[in-house]
Order: sequence, then C-alpha cells, then structure tokens
Amino acid sequence: MQVFLQQLINGLHLGATYALIALGYTMVYGVLRLINFAHGDIFMLGAYAGLFAAVILGVTQSASWGAVFPVILMAMAICAVVGMAIERFAYRKLRTAPRLNALITAIGVSLFLEYGGQLPPMIRIDGFDFPFGAQTKTFPTGILPPTQITTGTGLSLSAVQVLTFVVTLVLMVGLNAIVRRTRIGVAMRAVSADREAAALMGIPTDRVILFTFALGSALAAAAGVLYALDKPTIDPLMGLYVGLKAFVAAVLGGIGSIPGAMLGGFVLGLTETFVAGYLASSWRDAIAFGILILILIVRPTGILGSSVREKV
Amino acid sequence: MVRKFALLLTGVLAALLVAGCPPPPATQNPSPPPGPGLSGTLVLGHFASLTGNTAMFGESTDKGVKLAAEEISSGNLKVTVHTLDDASQQQQVPLIVNRLISQYSVHALVGEVASSRSIAAAPIADSRQVPMVSPSSTNPDVTVDPRTGKTRPYVFRVCFTDPFQGAVIARFVREHLKLSRAALLVDAKNAYSVGLGKGFRDHFTRIGGTIVAEESYNEGDTDFRSQLTKIGGVKPEVLIVPGYYREAGLIVQQARNLGLGIPVVGGDGWDSPTLTNVGPQYFNDCYFSNHFSPEETRPGVREFVEAYRRKYGEAPNGLAALGYDAVKILADAARRAGSFDRKALRDALENTRGYPGVTGQISIDEQHNAVKSAVIVRVDTSSGATSFPLVTTIAP
Repeated sequence: MQVFLQQLINGLHLGATYALIALGYTMVYGVLRLINFAHGDIFMLGAYAGLFAAVILGVTQSASWGAVFPVILMAMAICAVVGMAIERFAYRKLRTAPRLNALITAIGVSLFLEYGGQLPPMIRIDGFDFPFGAQTKTFPTGILPPTQITTGTGLSLSAVQVLTFVVTLVLMVGLNAIVRRTRIGVAMRAVSADREAAALMGIPTDRVILFTFALGSALAAAAGVLYALDKPTIDPLMGLYVGLKAFVAAVLGGIGSIPGAMLGGFVLGLTETFVAGYLASSWRDAIAFGILILILIVRPTGILGSSVREKV
Repeated sequence: MVRKFALLLTGVLAALLVAGCPPPPATQNPSPPPGPGLSGTLVLGHFASLTGNTAMFGESTDKGVKLAAEEISSGNLKVTVHTLDDASQQQQVPLIVNRLISQYSVHALVGEVASSRSIAAAPIADSRQVPMVSPSSTNPDVTVDPRTGKTRPYVFRVCFTDPFQGAVIARFVREHLKLSRAALLVDAKNAYSVGLGKGFRDHFTRIGGTIVAEESYNEGDTDFRSQLTKIGGVKPEVLIVPGYYREAGLIVQQARNLGLGIPVVGGDGWDSPTLTNVGPQYFNDCYFSNHFSPEETRPGVREFVEAYRRKYGEAPNGLAALGYDAVKILADAARRAGSFDRKALRDALENTRGYPGVTGQISIDEQHNAVKSAVIVRVDTSSGATSFPLVTTIAP
C-alpha cells in the first residue's frame, strides 16, 4: 500500500510536468490548427531562463521558498517573449500557407533552438552561458530549501514535488480563469471556434494568437524550471523527449481541449510510472504507449476531445 | 539549363568540401623507414566524447592522452594526437574513425571510454588493419568478437574487463560492507552497464549474496522514481548502479529523496568530477570501483599526478590515467617495433609484457586485455569539493 501511494505521488509529479507542457500544444493547436513542435524546446529554454534568472537575482544558494517564485516568474516572462517572437517571425507569414508548411517551419524552429543552443558560449555571466553550449549544465537546486517530508508510514515528498503540485494547480486554475472569464479568453475561444468568423466580428486575431503563444510558452517555462529543480542536469536537447511525451499527452487528452491536456498529462505520467513500477521497467515506454494507442483506437479524438463535424 | 546549373552547383560544393578539409598531416606515408632509437612522428587518432551525455569521459581521457604525448615528444620520438568528437553518440563513431584513418592517416587509434562506442569502432580497426587501444572500455566484446569468440587482432585495451570489475564490486559489498541483499539498476541499452551488472550478479550470488530486485533504465532518462520506489519496497541493503555518472548522480539523488538511505555502489562509469553536481548532500555512503587512484603508492604515480596537476591544475581521475597509459603503451610498442608500420605496431602491442603503467603493470593477455588490480573509492563531499578517496585495493 505504501509503495502504491509512493508510486501515485511519483506518477502525479511526472504527470504535472507533462500536463503543463501539453497545455501549450493544445492551446496553439486550438487557435491555429498547428502542432507547434518547437514547444518542447521552449520548455528547455524555460530551464535555462530559470538558471539565468537565478544567477541575475543572486539566489542560486538562497535556500528559501521566497526566492523561487521570482525565478519562475522571470523564466515565464522570458519565454513568453520568446514564444511571441517565434509566432511573429516564423509562423505569422505562413498563416495562409498550407498547414504542412507551418508544420515544417515548426520543426525548423525546433531544430534551430536545439542546435543553436549547443553553439559554444559567447557571453558568460558567472554560472550562465549564452548560447548554452553542448555540455550539460547544473541547475542550482540551492534555490529551494532542502526540505524533505517523510510521513510516518515512510512516504516521501521533496520540496520540489510540493512546489510542483502547488504551482501546477495555481497555473491551471489561473489558466482556466483567463480562458473562461476574461475578454481575451473569450476571444481565444472565438478564434479557436472559427478564426475567419472571429476576424469578421472584429476580434484582432493576430493579437489573440500572439497572446496564446505567450501563455503557452509561459506555462512551458514554469514546467522547465520545476523540472530542472528536480533533475538538475540540463542541456539543449532536454526538451526533445519530454516535449514528445507532452505532445502525446495533449493528443491523448484530446488536442485542442484544455482540460484534456491536463488530464492527458496526468494519465500519461501515471501510466508510465505504474508500468515501470509494477510491470517491467525495460518495457515502460512500449507498454505505456501501447495503452495510449488502445485509448485512441476506442476514442480517436482523445479522452475529452470533441469531434467537430465538417460543414460542407 | 537547370540540370547544368545543378551540376555546376554540385561541382562547387564538392570543391568547397575538399577545400574545407584540413591539410593532410606531414607524415602521409604510414610506414616511414625504421631507424635505430626510432625518431619521427607517431600519429595517433583519438576518438572521444567531448560533448553530449558523457562529455566528461572524453574530456578527462583527452587530458591524459595529451599529457603523455607531450612527455614522449620531449625525446627523439614525437607523438601527434588528432582528437575528434563523437558527441557521445554511437552512430557517430564509424564516421570519425574512418575519417581519422583516411584523412589523418593515423598509425593507431586511441578510444573510446564507453564500451558501446568502442564496440562500434572495433570492426573498423580490424578490417582496415589499424591498431586500436581502448583506454577504459571494460566490456569483453570490445576485444573479442562475440559472434566468433575470436580475439580481434587489432583491438587492445589497457584496463581490466567487466567480469573482473563486477567481481570486485561483489567482493567489496560482501567482505567490506558485509551486506548480502543487493538491488541492481542497470542501463538496459548500454553494453557496459549490462555486462558489469551481469559480472556483479554472477559473482555476488556465488559468494553468498542475493539479488532482491533488478530494474532497468535507458541512458538519457531523468526520472528513476518508479524503479527506485519498487526497489525500496523489497528492502535491499545495498543498491548497485553500474551506469554512467550523469544517470548515476540523478539516481542517487532520487533514491535519497525517496528515503532510500542504503549504500549505493557503482563502477568506473561514475568516475567524473560532475557526478555530484545534483547536490553533494546526497552522496553519503556511495562507492565505486575504479582503475586508479591518485593516492596509490605505485612507482610513477606521484610523478604522473604532479605533472598532471602542473598542466591542468587538478588531480587526474582514472580515465585520464588510462588515456595516459594507452598512449605510453603505443609509444612503447612503436619503439620495440622500430617502425610505425601498423602491422608491426600491432605485433609489438600484442607482446607487451609487464609495462610499468601508472594504472599498474600492463601485460596484454591472449584476449588483448590488461590484467590489473582494481581500487574501490568513496565519494567524499564533506570538504565542499568532491573527491574520491581510496578505500581498498582488490587484486585479481
């Protein structure tokens, strides 16, 4: 029972990261019908932006809860700007081009970030290099206090895990509020429903799309910082695999659906953890993804996805 | 017209490609006339992981290689080393090894640390008949072709192999730590990790230990909590992680985070100053087996450690010492062969007996391995900096 509960915590923790990144995939798909393959690399940039923020703010060894929030917020702000820049310079020109062209551009942006990030450093601010270089960097885990919660029955929760759950929850509630209650949220949903009609109704679609990228990138940045705090070796290719998993989570939950991305992330995290924990760890990905294929066979639009009938 | 243009473009590109290559090294002829006391330049090609997941392996080894080349070159015999980066990727290895042979016309190859990558290079060294000395790949399949069971004629190593290293770890756990319930966590895709895990399991069960759990991960993974939670559930007394330093560091950190405070023991793949980058506070009770410790009292060790410190401002690790020995062995073989001829070098390497290396007496056995003692070191982070003090030496 205790092992089961511990695995549950492990799975939810892993799923929280997937969910935060999956939200970006799903929101961009919602407004643009574009799979933004560069999104996993925004997650990577988020980790490096967190490192940059920690160095600039001088909190790499602060060991306090107070210091971690400015770091996360600064990383989110940096990545929001990067996300908007990518939209403005890479995708906007292709708005009317066939969808495949935008997809290939997304892959191009992804490769640009991954391999551009591996260039030898030109600017060095103690502990932070830009570009990042191909070597792995160590993320300063000293930002957080080394608290370790252990229950009487032997369950363990690290400070990072607690932080991950809290931040993920706050961000998801916040995102929900933005999408459901604000004008820009309504505009996002309108663009998602029908971009041309929304434009005809006077909604500034370009600005809404820009905002969507900023929002998604900020969430990925938060995920990047939380991930790096937990697994403090970061490198320019770290977004590749995690990004792929998050993309799968978004599709699993029903791409285009915000609650779907959250659910998909947690389902994937839990599936992976329980497969490795109770079946064979060498089969983790094979079995986990096999289960996902089964879900998609039964529900092709994802768990919470709705199929929109094409109007002729 | 279009086709003409394409042809022209191809021509220009090809010309650029040729122009872009570095000029061929001075010693184009791989077998200059041998002379007494052998002078001339021995050209070595070092293929190493200078970037990527195991960047520290290549970096440390190359430091040792360069130091040895520099020391030898103060005499009549000069040594030039061309180091190329394989980015820690197995699929890069054939490319750069062929490049070293064809473009740089090397007399012999040095590399790699990771067994999987040495195994990728070994058939090329054999088929192109270029001697290759792996400084620190410990998997048996590096020097012995697993399909035929025959020793690869051109491939050698200056370190011990995993069946021995596994036995060393097993004996350390049983005799020194006096523990009997072990859990294994191996990198399933990595020849080194699987081989060392097997070496440990075989010997450990023979000397009265039991393996209570065996789990796996893949190189590049970052989350090991589900495996560690499962392992923690069966209450082992010691965790064996025969993997590379990057994953090993994360595994130790996550094990401690999950409240698993048992000793963690690894192999020479842990040998990197960046092992403890995840946080020094997690590394209580962590040990690994290695080829060399700067604290050893063997003749030559002190001089080597001092020369290394002078050049790089740090103590050498096992990989640097083995890189150093690999080059020294090759120079020794060239002197005994009296030539740089690849075949003669190979024959001389095969007849290496009792060469006093800094990592121990090196005698090449019939499977082209060096039979040497191993050391067990402890991970010590108490002073703030990470060091690996010697715990014990285990003879073959």
